[in-house]
Amino acid sequence: MRTISIAKRVTKELLRDKRTLMLMFLAPILILFLMKLVFSVNSSTQVDIATVDVKSSLVKTIDKVSHISTKKYSSNAEAQKALDNKKVDAVIKYSGGDFYVTYANTDASKTAATKAALKSSVVANTMKQLEQTLQKVQSRIPNAPEARTHQVKIHNKYRYGNSDTNFFDKIVPILMGFFVFFFVFLISGMALLNERTSGTLNRLLATPVKRSDIVFGYMISYGILAILQTLIIVLFTVWALNVEVVGNLLNVILINFILALVALAFGILMSTFAKSEFQMMQFIPLVIVPQIFFSGIIPLDTMANGVKVISYILPLKYAGDALSGIVMSGDGFIKILPEIGILLIFLVILTILNIVGLKKYRKV
Amino acid sequence: MYNSIISLNNITKKFGKQTVLRNVNFQVPSGRIIGLIGPSGAGKSTIIKIILGMEIPDRGVTTIFNQKMPNRKLLGRIGYMAQSDALYEQLTGRENLQFYADMKEIKGRVAQEQIEHVSSVVDLVKDLDKRVSGYSGGMKRRLSLAIALLGSNQILILDEPTVGVDPALRRKIWWELQNLRNQGTTILVTTHVMDEAELTDDVALLLGGQIIAYNDPSSLKQAYQVNSIEDVFLKAEAQQNENNIYR
Repeated sequence: MRTISIAKRVTKELLRDKRTLMLMFLAPILILFLMKLVFSVNSSTQVDIATVDVKSSLVKTIDKVSHISTKKYSSNAEAQKALDNKKVDAVIKYSGGDFYVTYANTDASKTAATKAALKSSVVANTMKQLEQTLQKVQSRIPNAPEARTHQVKIHNKYRYGNSDTNFFDKIVPILMGFFVFFFVFLISGMALLNERTSGTLNRLLATPVKRSDIVFGYMISYGILAILQTLIIVLFTVWALNVEVVGNLLNVILINFILALVALAFGILMSTFAKSEFQMMQFIPLVIVPQIFFSGIIPLDTMANGVKVISYILPLKYAGDALSGIVMSGDGFIKILPEIGILLIFLVILTILNIVGLKKYRKV
Repeated sequence: MYNSIISLNNITKKFGKQTVLRNVNFQVPSGRIIGLIGPSGAGKSTIIKIILGMEIPDRGVTTIFNQKMPNRKLLGRIGYMAQSDALYEQLTGRENLQFYADMKEIKGRVAQEQIEHVSSVVDLVKDLDKRVSGYSGGMKRRLSLAIALLGSNQILILDEPTVGVDPALRRKIWWELQNLRNQGTTILVTTHVMDEAELTDDVALLLGGQIIAYNDPSSLKQAYQVNSIEDVFLKAEAQQNENNIYR
């Protein structure tokens, strides 16, 4: 079988290129590890608030909010100066029954935290005053039913992960797909480009090989590579980074396998339009970066409808949806069938384009 | 010619606005070594690409074994050596040969025997298990030739086969080509080396997109009243230039 021979040859060449192999297997692990470090600390942003003429009982309540500390200033001017010097992130001034807040607003999350803290503290304080008033009233009325003093507790239960689950956990499934797509796209595109420029593709097509044999041979080889890469990424995220995978790992591998084939077909197609390795690199901002934006790493529900439409033509979106579903909600095979179907449509179209595209080198 | 194995009839090929081949008729009889000579850019490689079906002519018909090209299956009966060494550098010489044997569907023991044979013809036996990336230019050229010789070819098409090959080995290669010719293989060779052209059975002179002379070397020398094919080439080129001036 010529297809198998081509697959064997492509695999052999890949295995002998140690640097590329390292890139495929170690680079995703390094990046995942770094992302874990980066995103794990962001939940504890420290916010410093300056207070001017605020009642000390309220200040105490604000202070109790986690990651928020307060400092009293005797005058507004002094507090504003501290804000200028970046010693504090916001100034709360109480005057005439109202609060006047000035935010540095250089970090939107700190502004939001300040707003939330102030609001909840005001509510809490008001509740406390009400409670005290109620108790006073009760004590004056004989035989009044005792007010319930049961402290309300909130009991949390997590369907996915635990209280430490953060942004990193949300993007991990999508990242798995992204790494497979990116590396297979780049490396297969380069490999085929190399075959075009070195003349081996021309030489190969001077044998009775079928054009489809070449495309399928590449698919087998890179498909196997993608399965290995997925296994390494999944095992690393599950055991080293403690990310919970609710669904079946086999489904994760299946999606990544199909995605790798789409990436391969895409890479081969794009290599048709490149004359050099450098031109191949130029496709990264055109082909790869938009897919990151629309893959679900940035929540799609927050986008305008017109913009959202773009995501429907990007294969990484479907892979991202399916992978998130499997990893976070435990979606089974039946539930991810639509995504698989669409990815297969991408695959079939791109593969046909590639087989036809090789006519450039041999007319039959 | 009556019994031609390769036949180009009224071939015209344009790339963009440039006409590379102008109404070319070229018949290659079976069992001969044909030398195709001409200055660079004359269209030698284009003729080869059309014969192999990699390019389609704008006008005219190409047949091989009396079958119309392009035809994928016929490529199995043709050995081809390209002008550039298109080899897989990460693989060893043997792996390259094995791969192309697979492409030509030469199986098992036959493939092993052929690999041994063709590598001894080009004197590469002891370097066969080294990676091609470590080969010298001449070694790569020889490996390309060995690949072309794989299989039971009725036609061999060799584009500049002996560039960068030592004189002793060049003689050996030509001896092997003549040997193959005697067994009935038809060989089409392009070359820049004019004393190699003397070794062919017939020489076709390609100039300005047309075959302006096609005969055996001694007849050509007589017709142009010179002593070597090199002089034939120079004289033909000079005449062509004069014609262009008066055109």
